[in-house]
This record gives sequence, C-alpha cells and structure tokens, in this order.
Amino acid sequence: MATKVFMEALSPTMEEGRLVKWNKNEGDAVKSGDVLAEVETDKAIMELVARGDGILRKRFVGEGESKPVGQLVGVIAGADENIDALVAEGSGGGSAGGSGATPVASPKPPEAPVAKPTESAGGTSAPQAPVAAPHESNGGPVRSSPLARRMASERGVDLGRLQGSGPGGRIIKRDIESAAQSGGGASAAASAPAPRRAAGAGDYEDVALTQIRKTIAKRLAESIGPIPTFYLTADFDLTRVTEMRAAMAAMGDQFKVSVNDIVLKAVATALSQHPEVNAHWLGDRIRYHNRVHLGVAVATDDGLIVPVIFDADTKRMSEISQETRALAKRARERKLTPAEYTGSTFSVSNLGMFGIDQFTAIINPPEVGILAIGAARNEVVDVDGSYETRPRMKVTMSCDHRAVDGAVGAAFLQTLRRCIENPLMLVY
Amino acid sequence: MASFDVIFLGGGPAGYVGAIRCAQLGLSTAVVEREGLGGTCVLWGCIPAKALLEAANIANRLKHAAEFGVTPGEVKLDYGVAMKRSRGVSTQNSKGVEFLFKKNKITWIKGTGRLAGKNAVSVKTADGKEEKHEAKKAVVISTGSRVKGLPQAGLELNKTTIISSDEALTLEKAPKAMTIVGAGAVGCEFADVFNAFGSKVTLIDVAPNVLPLEDLDASKEVERSFKKRGINVLTGAKISGVKAGKNGVTMTIEAGGSKETVESDIVLVAAGRAPNTEDIGLKEAGVQLTERGFIKINDHMETSVKGVFAIGDVAGPPMLAHKGEREGIVLAEQLAGKSTHGMDYNNIPNATYCHPEVASIGMTEQQVKDKKIEYKVGKFPFSANGRARTSGETEGFVKIIRDAKYGEILGAHIVGSHATELIHELVLARTNEFTVEEVDLAIHAHPTLSEAIAEAALDSLGKMIHA
Repeated sequence: MATKVFMEALSPTMEEGRLVKWNKNEGDAVKSGDVLAEVETDKAIMELVARGDGILRKRFVGEGESKPVGQLVGVIAGADENIDALVAEGSGGGSAGGSGATPVASPKPPEAPVAKPTESAGGTSAPQAPVAAPHESNGGPVRSSPLARRMASERGVDLGRLQGSGPGGRIIKRDIESAAQSGGGASAAASAPAPRRAAGAGDYEDVALTQIRKTIAKRLAESIGPIPTFYLTADFDLTRVTEMRAAMAAMGDQFKVSVNDIVLKAVATALSQHPEVNAHWLGDRIRYHNRVHLGVAVATDDGLIVPVIFDADTKRMSEISQETRALAKRARERKLTPAEYTGSTFSVSNLGMFGIDQFTAIINPPEVGILAIGAARNEVVDVDGSYETRPRMKVTMSCDHRAVDGAVGAAFLQTLRRCIENPLMLVY
Repeated sequence: MASFDVIFLGGGPAGYVGAIRCAQLGLSTAVVEREGLGGTCVLWGCIPAKALLEAANIANRLKHAAEFGVTPGEVKLDYGVAMKRSRGVSTQNSKGVEFLFKKNKITWIKGTGRLAGKNAVSVKTADGKEEKHEAKKAVVISTGSRVKGLPQAGLELNKTTIISSDEALTLEKAPKAMTIVGAGAVGCEFADVFNAFGSKVTLIDVAPNVLPLEDLDASKEVERSFKKRGINVLTGAKISGVKAGKNGVTMTIEAGGSKETVESDIVLVAAGRAPNTEDIGLKEAGVQLTERGFIKINDHMETSVKGVFAIGDVAGPPMLAHKGEREGIVLAEQLAGKSTHGMDYNNIPNATYCHPEVASIGMTEQQVKDKKIEYKVGKFPFSANGRARTSGETEGFVKIIRDAKYGEILGAHIVGSHATELIHELVLARTNEFTVEEVDLAIHAHPTLSEAIAEAALDSLGKMIHA
C-alpha cells in the first residue's frame, strides 16, 4: 500500500516548512524511519522521515520550495504499484489537502490510514491532516512487542514518543532500552512538569540534543558569547519571609535564620521541581540532575569562590544555614577542599549585603543558570488599590539559552516566587 | 560468457534459497555448483541423517511394541537398506531443488567456480573447459564447509577405518564396534543410529558433557538416555593413543582418571568442520578472512571486497542450514532494494535429532548466570504430560528461563520426543518478544506435548497446574 509523504508539523508552531534538501531520490528504496528530506521549520532544520517502506516513487516539491503543513510532498510505494491517483493529488496545486484532492484519493480515508474509528472514540476525533506531532500521526495504536510494552510501563517510557526499530517500525526491547538511556520518550521530558525525585532514580539523566536545541545553541552562540546568556528579573514580596524570621527569632536566638538562608532553601526546593534548569550543558547533550547541589558564591580576599551545599533540596533550613556559614568561613580561611567547591548543579550569588538592588551574575559553566540576589528593601507598592510599604527583593537569573529558553527560566522563577512569597510552601 | 545480476558460488541451503528469492524479486540469477543442488544439507547432512534416525527410531520403538499389544515377528536390522533409502530421500530432495530452479528460471552452472576479477566468476566444467560469467550486482560466496577430521589427535581420515559422516552415510552395513569422536549434534545423532542398528558404540568428547553447547540439564538427560541404551559415553576424555590397523582401530582414551583401551572396526570423526575457502580466488580478489578462517563480512554480509558477499557456513558460525537460508533471503532482499529487517543472530534455534531429541533457543542457564541477569526457571517433565504417556515417550522436559522482572524468555530448552518441532512455539515467542505471560495466554490443546511448554511457562511464574 502506498504511503503518502506529507509536510509534517515538525515544531508545535510550524505552519509551513521549506524543503531544504532531499536525501532520497525518486526511485530510491526507503525504510520506515529513513530521513527523506531536511525541512526548515520556523525554529530549526528538521528531518522529515519516511512513515512506510517501499520506493520513493514521486517527489512533488523541489529543494528550496516552501509548503504548508499537511501538503502532500511525496509518495512511497511498491515498485510497480499504480500511484496515478496520488500523483494527480500531489500535483494538483498548492491547497493543503484541499477539497480538490479528495475525489481522486483512494476510497480509504485520505489521512491517517491506520486510524480505526474506535480509536478516536475517546472524544478528540482523529485529525484530518497529520498536523499532530510526528510520532502520533498514524493515529492508530502504537505497534510494539509485549516485552517492550511491559518494560515501557515499568520504566515510565511513553511508547507514543518512540520510533520503533523492529519489523514494520514495531517498537521492540532495544528501543525502550535506548530511550531509557537517552531519556527520550521518558514522560519526564523537559517540557513536562518535573516529577519529584523517584526512589532509585540515578543522580542525573543525560538527554541528547534535539535538532532544535542544536540549532538554538549554534545560532545563539554565534550571536553572543560562547554562552549565549539572557537575563530574567523578578521582584519578590518578602512580607511573609520577614514575618517568619521575626516569629522564629522570637522563639530564641538558636532559631534565627537570615533572609539568605530562606532564599537558598527556596531556590533548592524550586530547583528540585525544575530539573530543566538544574542542568549541565555538555556540548552534545544536556545532563539533567536529579540531585540539587547548590553553589553559593562567596567573596574572599583572594577573589570569588563557590562552595557547594550538596543535596540542598533535602536539607532543613537550619542545616543550610549552618552549612552556608561554615563553608563561607572556611572559604575566607582558604581551607576549602576541592571536593567542597566542585560539583554544583546551579549557583546563587547574593550581593544584597553590599546594598546592591539588582545585578547580573555570570554563569559558572557547565551549569546553565545562576541567580543573582539583590538587597531586601522597603518599597511602596499598590496593594488592592491602597499604597503600602512592603519589604521586597529583586532577583535576576542568568540563563544559558542553549539549554534554557525564556519560558523555562520564567517557570522556574514562578515556582521560586511561590516559595518565597509563601514560605510555608517550603514545608509543603 | 553469460551475464547475470547475481551469481552464487555454491548451491547449498544458503546459496539455493538466496538464489530463489533473488529470482522471485526479478534479478537474473545463476548458481555455480559442481555436485548436486542442495549442498551438504540435502546430500551429506541434515536430510540423509534424519532419514537414518527415523530408521533408528522405528528399531527402538519396535523393542517396546509388545507393551502396546503389537508383537512383531523376528526384527531384522539392515543398515544397508536404511542407507539406500536415505540416499533416495536425498536425491529426491535434490531433484526438488532442481525443479525450483527451473520454475524460477535460475541458471545452474555445473562446475567449480572461482572469483575472477571484479563482478565476474570463472567456472571449470567437468570436461575441463573454463568459462567466464559476469555478475552485475553481486557475487555471493556460499561454498559452505566440509568435515576436516582431527589429524592433531592422530585421526587422519582414511575413508575405511577412520571416516567422517560422509562415509558413514554410505556404509553398506553397521560395524560391530564403532567409536565416535565428538559428542556434538553429529556425534550424538550417529551414536543413536548405530546403537539402534546393533553396533557397540563408544561416544567420546573432550568436553565434560555430551552436546556441550546445550543447557547442562539437556546434556545430562541425553547422556542418561544413551547410557541406558548401552552407549558407552566417555566425556572429559583425552585420546592418548591411536593405532589404525587394516581392519580396525585401537584407541587409548583417558577419562575420569582412568585409562581405557577401545577397539573398534570404525572410528567416526564427528568433530570439526572447516569452511570451504580454498581455490575460489579469495586471496587474489583481496577477500579477507577472520582469525578462525571464515570469510569476514559486515552487517550487510558484504566481504572486504565491494560487490562480493558471503553467506552460510563459509561466513561464520553457527554452521546451521537454517542460518544460511535466512542469510540468503535477507541478502536477496537487500540486493533487490527491498527493506529487510536484517539477521537476528540471537534467535537461531538449535536442533539435534537423536533420541530423545534436543532443541533450544536463546541462552543456557549458565550463560544467563554468567551475564548476571536475574532469572527464574520453569521446568516441566514429559513424564507428567498425558500425551507423552500415551506414546510411552516420557523422557525429557521443557525448561524455560525467563527474566525475573519482565518475563522475557531468555532461553528455552526442550529434550524429548518431537522436541525439534515443539521448540518453534518458543522461537516464535522469543523472536517477537512475547513473554512467558503471552505463552500462557495461548490455549494449548489437550492432550498434546505442547502443553508441557505452557506448563513450563506457568512454572516460571510459580503457578504450574499439573505437577
């Protein structure tokens, strides 16, 4: 049976794609999963892969031409299969799978040939054109071996996100194993909300760079730095932090904590929920850490050094407080061992004590972010229509754009705001 | 001089199956073969040996016929008759392949071929003429292997008292005493045959068990059965002296700490096969060999020379007909530009047709242990299987080794009547990544031997019914 090759939605926002280069000629044998062509989307150059086996019988689009998503751009079929109807459809003009195409198509539903009516009964109807993410474009059940299904459910791998390497594109054991290794297909992929650290999970997870990540990294590094940095500033209300400190201090000197201690605890907590910023850029992959090792910049007479609070997210505020003080003291006495200042997964720099309201800190590679904390100061703010004086603090996060996009950094700062403006969240 | 798309050197299972698939896919195809079509398998291996084993089975079963209420008269054993029948079956099969060649318009070039430069083969015919043929797409070397004897142990083949399976298949009568060197599949099968035809058989191997590549439980079961039938099994044995006279061979064998002198009319060397790589122009063409002397191939079965491919025994172990056949099919589809799924070398079944039969797929228990995989074993004996009791063939068992966590079938081993047929349920399961639970899901007819497979799967899950 012939397989139609469509311009696929290779990015979530893609509306049309420019066919940069055909990798297969008419007459070439292709297998499901082979890269047919390179397509430039709004974001990057992506691979358009074959969804069926056979011969690439026809190419309807020349290199350099742009076509809307859903447009027929080629036909894969058997060597002597009659594809006249499909050729008519493909050469029929620019309208994307438009009405003109339907009459000459085969009696089967024009798109999603594998989809069964029952599969779409769950509410959302099967898409007319394959605008869904590439792996789901078949609509039908994912072909997979029983062993692969069992392993996937145990390991939390989403079969729908995988490309099978077995007969007919079937997902088999080795696909699950390689997915589990690379982190691809895992439901904990970067865009999904970060789960809590699973018991027995490794210390980190390496994720190979996607096409779009590669392109972002390359282009932005050309524009700025070797580390293309951008900055996000947020202004936090410290009313409840102040209340909490006062309440704790009232219980006795031994319960005193600084604003910095609370902020460090809040940052660690927020990082544990955002592995996408608790990460290392390793050139060909990004290492998402499941443990939070927080670097804390300390100024010494010799210069800056960043000792590390290991597993900061699991430590109590009192532990963080004591450890920070002890590390800072040892740093100033030049007594830190290398083990105490290497291995951080994210760093914090606080110049609040110097009266600095706001500043930008420089990323400590291979980390992908650093948070610069300004001074707490009173400010008049509009609270439900009346002016009140509130303690506030500005933080600025420097992000490595190769690994962290604006929205991702912002999501982290949102979580951090929740933790600082409602410090009870830290015991949630 | 003729021109083809593909020329195969050798018409054994790898070459002839590959040729048929090539022809079916529209490639013009020729096979160079000097003997008969079908190769060792059809003429000197699988097929004639199985015909003899069937004769042996009838002989063995007749011994128990009276228990079934069938008392035969005088039973006469005549190896010569069995041998002639087996030759007949071979010829019939070879003719069958010839018919398939005609049907698929494959040219059989009779003669001895060799590589002759790029994309060409030269063939020396029986009358001494030499002709050259062009192969536009590929030359495929499928020359197979041959028995090589054990000259290093003093067992130089002489075709009368020290013989290989080739001569054993054409003996006119069973010898009084036969020593078989090598207790792999070939050795065990001939031990079974000659024991049934009244020879006093000694079976020796340097390995600690018969069928050393099989699971230890399987080896033990066969050894027990052989000893019960009077076969003298000497494992962990070393040959310390060989005296070949005109009418027999005297061997000194050290085994189990003692020395034994074994006299036999015939010594059958059933150990060692060598790939046929000589005199086919490999060196001149620059085709590289592996350290063990097989032709070196890549994932696409291509040799170090572009356009020259190798499949079957000559391309490396396991030296099994069905491995070569599948390589032939995969290569043909590749040459025709079809998508192929490649060779699944992890899922090639082993089959030994002695009685009880032995068949397996995947890893042995020892291999699983060595890989430090957590596993569970399910085992069911045929003595508890209804169908096996009805036929009085209660030797053996089904053993399934599964992964402890996911139920993946890591290995499966069957010893017993029809084991070589039964194994395919588990070959199908393993190849398609069914777990023991899918095996259990399938309803097995009652009463059948196959129920033992379902029970072994259940046992591995800790819920066996019938034992």
